[in-house]
Amino acid sequence: MLAALTPDLIAMQLFTGLALGAVYVLLSIGLSLIFGMLTVVNFAHGAFYMIGAYVGLYALSIGVNFWVALLLVPIAVGLIGLAVERVLIRPLYGRGIDYPLLLTFGLGYVMIEVVRIVFGRTGYPFDTPELLQGAVDIWVGYFPLYRLFVIAATAVVLIGLYIFLEKTSFGLIIRAGARDPQIVRILGVDVSKVWLIVFGIGTGIAGLAGLLAAPLQGVAPEMGATILAEAFVVTVVGGMGSLMGAVLAGLLVGVVVSMTSLFAPEMAKVSIFALMAIVLLVRPQGFFGRAGLMS
Amino acid sequence: MLKVEALNAWYGPSHVLQGIDLEIRKGEIVCLIGRNGAGKTTTLKSIMGLLSKTTGSVVFEGQELRGRPAHLRYGAGLAYVPEERRIVPGLTVRENLSLGLVASSLKKREAELIDRTKRIFPRLAERLDQTAITMSGGEQQMLAIARAMIAEPKLIMMDEPSEGIMPVLVDEMFELFKTMKAEGQTILLVEQNVELALGIADRAYVVDQGVIVHEAGAAALLADAEIQERYCSV
Repeated sequence: MLAALTPDLIAMQLFTGLALGAVYVLLSIGLSLIFGMLTVVNFAHGAFYMIGAYVGLYALSIGVNFWVALLLVPIAVGLIGLAVERVLIRPLYGRGIDYPLLLTFGLGYVMIEVVRIVFGRTGYPFDTPELLQGAVDIWVGYFPLYRLFVIAATAVVLIGLYIFLEKTSFGLIIRAGARDPQIVRILGVDVSKVWLIVFGIGTGIAGLAGLLAAPLQGVAPEMGATILAEAFVVTVVGGMGSLMGAVLAGLLVGVVVSMTSLFAPEMAKVSIFALMAIVLLVRPQGFFGRAGLMS
Repeated sequence: MLKVEALNAWYGPSHVLQGIDLEIRKGEIVCLIGRNGAGKTTTLKSIMGLLSKTTGSVVFEGQELRGRPAHLRYGAGLAYVPEERRIVPGLTVRENLSLGLVASSLKKREAELIDRTKRIFPRLAERLDQTAITMSGGEQQMLAIARAMIAEPKLIMMDEPSEGIMPVLVDEMFELFKTMKAEGQTILLVEQNVELALGIADRAYVVDQGVIVHEAGAAALLADAEIQERYCSV
């Protein structure tokens, strides 16, 4: 077994880790954005991810093209997110962090149950789009094209988000509002509208992550539950509320999982939490978190 | 321009403002003085619409503001520079200034308004692309004032602008207030530095335990050692 551990294999595994990490990144930036702005710990985030996969599955089943679905799914899931914020979460602002946490925790289960009722308890396979099947030579070996696509799609989302946050007025409002919501309010900004949109963006990206992950693992009502725990680890490691932290920690966690599964497969799931424990011991606020954010 | 009548405010169960009446006319600098905890900051916050429980009437430019959220009051021409500067840490000086325009109808004129700000605040002009938090306390306070002014508000309310700032910058700031007044800017000023504040103000209200206990012309109040002793000495 060890004899097979060539540098090429390790390099391949690194790429596999990055593809896995890309999905973590997409999930965690939404979690982080929502937490940083709204101080809502969104326990329904995994359910939005799962809904994304199901909306994609449904769209494809009625003949929508995969590329169109890539655009449609985040919009559809984001709209569900808008409704959830407006109707369920908004009344809980100002009541402390635990109210929205419990609400979204319960909402996640409701969403899973609704999907079970509509689509059945068993999962579905999700075909890799034809154009993205097969493998490409990436110098160290042949790598599945679709995984490469997941990495690229994540990069596009991140670049888009970066431009949105750094170069637009609305992005300026988000960056300022995350630090000091009262200041943006007295400068004329309707903060509740900003929170609504941020929740929509965060859940929309989660939906996209679900669709992107679907060809890798299939679609099932519970698919969001495990990955949500992992995404929380990523946000904690990266620092709650930090987008840069979510990106770096997401890729790191992906690579750590993928490397441990190469050397000690039985340790793969544990390795994430071990990593979190180590980071928390050394740097309790995570890579880029601000100390005392929860207080 | 601003008429406040029977303004009451509560923080939880404590009844902080117990019927404040005050009036500010166009072009005036009006000063709110009184001890710590007298209700000066609460008065400004209530006028801005930042407190959840208030009663009474706040009429600004003929419009009743009661029940209107803070962000709409900014749109109506009311600006507020809160205590402790409140510069947004991660943003540059320019971004902090732009923030004053994001929700304003003057957004289209952003370049021109930033140019004007650069002329009024030469210290900020040199530091436009610097992260705001790296500036000195006084410069940050100047930025907070510049940000509140950029959308050309009709009334600016400032809470303790001189607090914790080096004397030379305090002088510069009060010179600026005089210039602003000369250009027709109306200002409501809460200031611990009573002598300095009364030196530039037209009138002043003395607040004690949530009510206005005295109103006078600034010069008269400056000469009135007894009132100052009774309500303002720490």
